[in-house]
Amino acid sequence: MATPETEIVVEDPTAPASDSPSVVSTRTVDIVVSLLLLALAALLCFDNWRTGIAWAPDGPQAGYFPFYLGLILAAASLYGLITALVTGAGAAQTFLTRDQFLRVMQVFIPTLLFCLLTQWLGLYVASFFLIAGFMRIIGRIALWKSMLTALLFAIIMFVTFDIAFDVIMPKGPLEAAFGY
Amino acid sequence: MEAFGLLLHGFAVLLTWKTLAVMMVGLVLGIFVGVLPGLGGPNGVAILLPLTFTMDPTSAIVMLSCIYWGALFGGAITSILFNIPGEAWSVATTFDGYPMAQQGQAAEALTAAFTSSFIGSLVAVLLITFLAPGIASFALQFGPPEFFAVYLLTFCSFVGLGREDKHKTVISMTLGLLLAGIGMDTVSGTLRMTFGWNELLRGINFLVAVIGLFGISEILLTMEERLALRGHTASISLRVVLKVWKDLPRYWVTLLRSSVIGCWLGITPGGAIAASFMGYNLAKRFSKDKDSFGKGRIEGVFAPETAAHASGTSALLPMLALGIPGSGTAAILLGGLMVWGLNPGPLLFVEHKDFVWGLIASMYLGNVVGLVLVLTTVPVFAAVLRVPFSAIAPMIVVSCAIGAYAIQNAMFDIWLMLAFGVVGYVFKKIGIPLAPFTLALVLGSRAEDAFRLAMIGAGGDLRVFWSNGLVGSITTLALILLVWPLFGPLFQRAKRLWRPVGGSPVA
Repeated sequence: MATPETEIVVEDPTAPASDSPSVVSTRTVDIVVSLLLLALAALLCFDNWRTGIAWAPDGPQAGYFPFYLGLILAAASLYGLITALVTGAGAAQTFLTRDQFLRVMQVFIPTLLFCLLTQWLGLYVASFFLIAGFMRIIGRIALWKSMLTALLFAIIMFVTFDIAFDVIMPKGPLEAAFGY
Repeated sequence: MEAFGLLLHGFAVLLTWKTLAVMMVGLVLGIFVGVLPGLGGPNGVAILLPLTFTMDPTSAIVMLSCIYWGALFGGAITSILFNIPGEAWSVATTFDGYPMAQQGQAAEALTAAFTSSFIGSLVAVLLITFLAPGIASFALQFGPPEFFAVYLLTFCSFVGLGREDKHKTVISMTLGLLLAGIGMDTVSGTLRMTFGWNELLRGINFLVAVIGLFGISEILLTMEERLALRGHTASISLRVVLKVWKDLPRYWVTLLRSSVIGCWLGITPGGAIAASFMGYNLAKRFSKDKDSFGKGRIEGVFAPETAAHASGTSALLPMLALGIPGSGTAAILLGGLMVWGLNPGPLLFVEHKDFVWGLIASMYLGNVVGLVLVLTTVPVFAAVLRVPFSAIAPMIVVSCAIGAYAIQNAMFDIWLMLAFGVVGYVFKKIGIPLAPFTLALVLGSRAEDAFRLAMIGAGGDLRVFWSNGLVGSITTLALILLVWPLFGPLFQRAKRLWRPVGGSPVA
C-alpha cells in the first residue's frame, strides 16, 4: 500500500549488535554509585559540621540543614549498597554491552574534545570542528556536506545568539581577527 | 467572573505582532524538539531558555510555554508514523496509533492525536483559569511555616507516591537539596560546601544541571540504541479532519475521563507519562470491545493523548499559584521566572497581572494555533527524521553548550553540564529518578529559607508546624505520605482478609 514516496527509511549500519558481550553488570554500577554517593555524603557532612550544625539563638546554623540531608543521603546509599550486595539484584542484568560502550564513547569523546576546544578557540570554531568531524568520521557523510552543514550551523548560531539576541559566547582568535 | 475579565485583558496583552511571532517561533521549535530523537520537552525548554534572556518576561514565557506545547504535539507525530515515541508520554499513543498508520489511516490517527491533545489542554487551561487565582489568593495568607509545609508535602509525595525504589527517590532528592545548598547561605551569609573553589561561590545553577541531566545524557542514551527507522509519511486533508471531528462526540466519555485523570496527575507530581498510560488502560477496561485495542482503534489514540496533554498543562497550575512545579518542565519554566527577575508564588497574581494572564491567554491561543500548525505541516516535520542522527547529535551538543554557557557566562558551567550529563546517563540506567532531583534543586533554597524564617519567627520551636489547623494538617498529610509505603502493604493484607474465600485476585 505504501508507495516509495510515502515511506521514510533510515538505516543504521553501525547499530550495536544485540548479542554483543556485556562490559559491566547493573549490580556492579549500582555498588560503585552507592559507594561514590556515600563518600560524597561523608565529605559534605564533614564540611557542614565544620561550618556549624548547632542551633543558634535565631534558628539553625548554616550547616544544620545540609548536614542532616547528608546523613539521609548516606543512609539511603547504604541501604542501596546493602541490598545490592546481599540480594545480588541486577547481577544478571547488563548495564552496557561492548558495542553500546563503543557507541557511547563515539559521542562522549567528541563532546569532551569540543569542550576543551571551546576554551582555546571559542565556541563557534569548536562547534564547526565538532559537527564536521562527527558527520564525516562517525556518520560517514560526504566531506563537503559535513563541512557545509557545520559552517552554516556555526554562522546561524553566531547570528542568532551573538548578534540578534545579544547572548555572548566564548570566542577565540578567529572571531578576534574579524573584530568581535 | 473576575477571571473572565482578567483573561480578556490577557488576550489584549498578547495580541501584538511581536508576541504572535514569538508564539509561532516557539511552536515550530517545540514541534522540532518533540520530533527529534534525543531531545525532549524538558531539555528543549532548558536549551532554548537563553534565547529569552533579553526578552521581556511576557514574550519570554509565551515562547517557552509554546515550545512546551509544540513538544507535546510533536511527540505524537513520531509515535504514530514511526512507532518511535519521541517522548516518554507518547509511548501509549504508539499502541493504537502505529497500527492505524500501517492500515493506511495515518491521517486519521494524527488528526485524532492532535485534536485530543487540544481538548486535554483546553480542559486543563480552563481549570487553571478558574482555579489558580483562587488558590493564589488563599495562599497569600501563607507565612513561612505554611510554605515550608507545602514544600514538605511536595517532597514527601514524591517519595510516598513515586513508582521507583524508595531509597533511589530519596537519594535523588537529598542530592538535589544538597547541591542547592552549595555556595552562600542566604540567611546567614556563610559560605558552605565550596571547598575553596571560587566557581562554586555562586552555587550550582539549576538550568546548567538540567541541560546536562536531560540534554547530554539523552544523547548518550539515544546513541546506545539502534537508530534505524522505517515509517510512513502522511498529509492530512480537510476531509479527514472533518470526518474525525464529526465522530468526536461519540467518544466524549473517554475524552472526559482522560482529561480528569490528566488534570489530577498533572497537579500532583504524577506526571504526563503516568497519565497517558492510565488514560489508555482505563479506556480499555471500560470498553465493551477490549480486544480491539492495540490493533488500531481510534479511541486508543484519544485516551492517552488527552491525558498526557491535560497533565502537561495542568502541571503549570501549582507553579503559577504556589510557586511549586508539578513536572520537570514546569520546574524549568519556574527557573526561567527567576532568571527574568520574577518571584514565583502567589504574589505573581497581584504584582504581575500582565504576565500571569498573558501566559494563561497564550495557553488558549497557543493550543489553537498549534493545532492548525501541526495539522497543516505534518509532512514537513515527518521529513525531519530523514536527517541523519550523526548530524543532529553534534548540533544538540552545541546547543546544550550554548545554553549552559549563556546562563552565567561561565566556562565552568560547560564542564559542569558535561559532568551532569554523565551523572544523568548513569542514574537513568540504574533507575534513580531525575524528576525529584530537578525539583529539589529548584526548590531547595526556598524550602530551607522558609524553614529557617519559620524557626526565627517561632524562636526555634518545631511546634510552629502544628500551630494552626491549616499548617498542621498539611504537615501531618506530608508525614503520612512519607511513611505511606511502609503501611501500604499492611492495608492490602487486611483487604485480602475481607475478600471472600476462593475469589480470583483482581490484577
